[in-house]
Amino acid sequence: MTELICIVCPKGCHLKVDEENGYKVTGNGCPRGAEYGQKELVNPTRTITSTVRINGKTARRVPVKTSADFPKGKIFDVMAELDKVDAKAPIKVGDVIIENVCGLGVDIVAAKDID
Amino acid sequence: MLYDVIVVGGGPAGLAAALEAKKNGAESILVIERDAELGGILNQCIHNGFGLHTFKEELTGPEYADRYIKMLEGTGIEVMLNTMVLDITEDKTVYAMNKEQGYMNIAGKSIILGMGCRERTRGAIAVPGDRPAGVFSAGAAQRYVNIEGYMVGKKVLILGSGDIGLIMARRMSLEGAEVVACVELCPYSNGLNRNIVQCLNDYNIPLYLSHTITNIKGKERVEEVTIMKVNDDTKQPIPGTEIKFDVDTVLLSVGLIPENELSRGVGLEMDPRTSGPVVYENMETSIEGIFASGNVLHVHDLVDFVSAESAKAGKSAAEYVKNGAADATGTISVKAGTGANAIVPQKIRPANVDKLVEVFFRPVNVYGTSAIKVMAGDKVLSTFKREHMVPAEMEKIVIPKKFLEQVEGNEITISIEA
Amino acid sequence: MYDVAIIGAGITGCSLAYELGKYNVKAIVIEKENDVAVGTTKANSAIVHGGYDPETGTDMAKYNVKGNERIKELCGKLDVAYKQIGALVCAFSDEEVKHVEELKARGEANGVQGLEIWDQAKVREEEPNISDEVVAALYSPTTGIVSPWELAIALAETAALNGVEFKFNAPCTNITKDGDVYTVETPAGNVEAKYICNAAGVYADVVNEYVCKKSFTILPNKGEYYLLDKSQGTLVNHVIFQCPNEKGKGVLVSPTVHGNLIVGPDSQPSAADDVSTTSDGLNFVRTTALKSVPSINYRESIRNFAGVRARTAVHDFFIFEDKENKGFFNISGMASPGLTSAPAIAVDLVKMMGESGLELTEKENIVDTRKVNRFKHMSHEERAAIIKENPLYGKIICRCETVTEGEIVDALHRPIVPTSIDAIKRRCNAGMGRCQGGFCGPRVQEIIARELNIPLADVYQDRVGTRIITGETKEGGAK
Repeated sequence: MTELICIVCPKGCHLKVDEENGYKVTGNGCPRGAEYGQKELVNPTRTITSTVRINGKTARRVPVKTSADFPKGKIFDVMAELDKVDAKAPIKVGDVIIENVCGLGVDIVAAKDID
Repeated sequence: MLYDVIVVGGGPAGLAAALEAKKNGAESILVIERDAELGGILNQCIHNGFGLHTFKEELTGPEYADRYIKMLEGTGIEVMLNTMVLDITEDKTVYAMNKEQGYMNIAGKSIILGMGCRERTRGAIAVPGDRPAGVFSAGAAQRYVNIEGYMVGKKVLILGSGDIGLIMARRMSLEGAEVVACVELCPYSNGLNRNIVQCLNDYNIPLYLSHTITNIKGKERVEEVTIMKVNDDTKQPIPGTEIKFDVDTVLLSVGLIPENELSRGVGLEMDPRTSGPVVYENMETSIEGIFASGNVLHVHDLVDFVSAESAKAGKSAAEYVKNGAADATGTISVKAGTGANAIVPQKIRPANVDKLVEVFFRPVNVYGTSAIKVMAGDKVLSTFKREHMVPAEMEKIVIPKKFLEQVEGNEITISIEA
Repeated sequence: MYDVAIIGAGITGCSLAYELGKYNVKAIVIEKENDVAVGTTKANSAIVHGGYDPETGTDMAKYNVKGNERIKELCGKLDVAYKQIGALVCAFSDEEVKHVEELKARGEANGVQGLEIWDQAKVREEEPNISDEVVAALYSPTTGIVSPWELAIALAETAALNGVEFKFNAPCTNITKDGDVYTVETPAGNVEAKYICNAAGVYADVVNEYVCKKSFTILPNKGEYYLLDKSQGTLVNHVIFQCPNEKGKGVLVSPTVHGNLIVGPDSQPSAADDVSTTSDGLNFVRTTALKSVPSINYRESIRNFAGVRARTAVHDFFIFEDKENKGFFNISGMASPGLTSAPAIAVDLVKMMGESGLELTEKENIVDTRKVNRFKHMSHEERAAIIKENPLYGKIICRCETVTEGEIVDALHRPIVPTSIDAIKRRCNAGMGRCQGGFCGPRVQEIIARELNIPLADVYQDRVGTRIITGETKEGGAK
């Protein structure tokens, strides 16, 4: 039995995951928590947010995020890819900056409009 | 020009207030923002966790701001950027200035204050030692890292386990620094549980509870920081518990202080418990027609609550412009009993309540199964059960109008029973 | 080859530079840091003392009284913040009443005007927040409060406009003598001069002994302070002293010239370069101050700092030309009342150099006034006008202290160019308020980088090496 804190939403429910019983989850306040509990023990994933360089009129950085979660162990590989980017202004919220980053099936997406 | 509503601050509070004022019939609305863009502090909060209540999605700070900024388009709400409000007078004149229009005085029928808050500094908590470069408040570092893309150090110690400190622990780690520890004065963390997991545990950053920084050493930049365990009652360092860290950076996440210089200047009645203005059930302050919402009123944890509170203020301002002053007969003071602190609103005008009043407060301690009691004298008006309450999370209770009608005196008390 | 080299750009060095600037003398100030007033001058109580404290007949007594008037005059001419708020030296017992009566007599012997003994009723009337335990006090009407770094900067800027040169980042590592020419060695190049003014503060004995036989020893002494928010600045109306003892003038409580409250200092021997605060020192200051003003609210504290003063074993200054080394002048041991005395000492020191052979012909058309725009103190009409004239005055950079971009850019184009965030703070007050530069710091940094055309990362917090930005995010550094 593993005790975990769910990170799906700010509530942070205290979960109990029974890995010997099909990863059954208790303590979750919603179905997403049950899904998270199992995933965290089997194949933990995360989303990340960061910035990439941009040649904006006044901004030199645009905030970005991953379009979905990806394996936790690949976080710094993704960061290294972000460091290679020189984005071109103008850019809009939602624009894809890197498609399928590191072959992980998630995109890097702009989180702010930059002129 | 006489505006129906002047909104001071174009962050999440100001934006939500302006929009709701418009929706409720205010015609001429001006938002005055000191920065070069709208969005306020959200612009540097590039992490996600915003909008679950408001938009039923998880958004980053800039995305949340963007939703409101886009909603403003086409509404006719005027915006003045790069403009600083210097003073507000009782007759609702706002003195503001910028480079292009110079020194202005702008008249409003109503004003909504949304100036947000500032960070508590090293000086305010008297951390002894040298005064080298490399000591930042977490928010100041956040601005450098997230908006400008600069690193402020390579090896970091963070004081304060509130959300800003935890978020910065993750940001600094992701962007290439080594965060050696997060140090917290209280015996419990002040941030969201999820942030302990995704900001500290994920990056193997140890959390030292019941500890504080007792010395900072360094000539030009920080070189070494000493922390010590503290007695949980007196908060005094316990001799012999020194731990030293070789770091070049200290981030301080030691509290937010509502920025109420303008509020004091215009003579609003202030509440020392919230460090914000005293307000009525509709966010109106002690001067009729002046409203306050968001972090300037009391420090929030979730921007969604800021937006909801500010929408209330915006609606109230529009109603004030249309209908004039509210009926204050039988005003009830809301007082803090055992266990509750920083109660907002501090006053309720029953005649001005439509169906219910939302009351916000913070528990002074960590509580397990407990009950929030609303009393009028000896009479229990209402009890609300809770499983878990912590000072780091603002609580909300809803008092229906009919319970207010049962109040005989002019005071109700909110307290917590374990 | 210079006529005069002044070592040290604190209040002493800047006062000397100012006086020498009035003559056709080729002078240079050699300073180890990157700005004036970075040592003791920026970390003291900022009091312009009345002059009742020093022993009669000492240089301290003589120059304290002269300096008291001179500073008032200089601040008026050079637009430096100064207020003559007067002081009270509080007596808590009959014995202390005797002591303050002695101080009064001593002050009168020193030439101090207007000293009075106030009884308890008068003290309470004038100072409602003073402790009930105060039974009487010596009232010194000529005591004032000043911005000491601003004064040093004003003196230096004026000296520079009158032709005095300044060499920064130039710590003096040795002085050699060849005939009657001194060579001051620094990593930033050597300077030759016929006359040396040793104004090196806590390092004055070190500098002195490069050339001369040891004749005094500096015993650096540290004092720690609290600086409180303006909301506490009206707690008292005068500088409130407790009775002095052998350690010094004791812990004072005073409004500052900027409207804050300053509390301190304590007194501990220290290393010359140790300006750290300590929990013991701060605790001592905090609790001792409550004795005279019990209602100080330390939750309103915005900053702690410490300064090191150049005490010696003798309670007097060391102002003399070395007997064996003609042309080498010491102006040292400048502990309290050093700040008050320095501008007056400088006047006499120039005369002394003249008597020693320095040719002093008065320079024509010297600059002897200064006017600095301070938006915060302008009326509505003045503000509207200055923004029209220079739109940079329309942008507030420091919210807490109401400082505009115009003032910061002006300061960047005056002589003695500020290159760091704190150098701007010392000239414009940006960053002095309750948020301690949290909001304006990055903006000031950007303006400095832009106006001086230097990379943002090379704009320091204060002294060289006090780097704020260490690089770009990621930079391949993400593991």
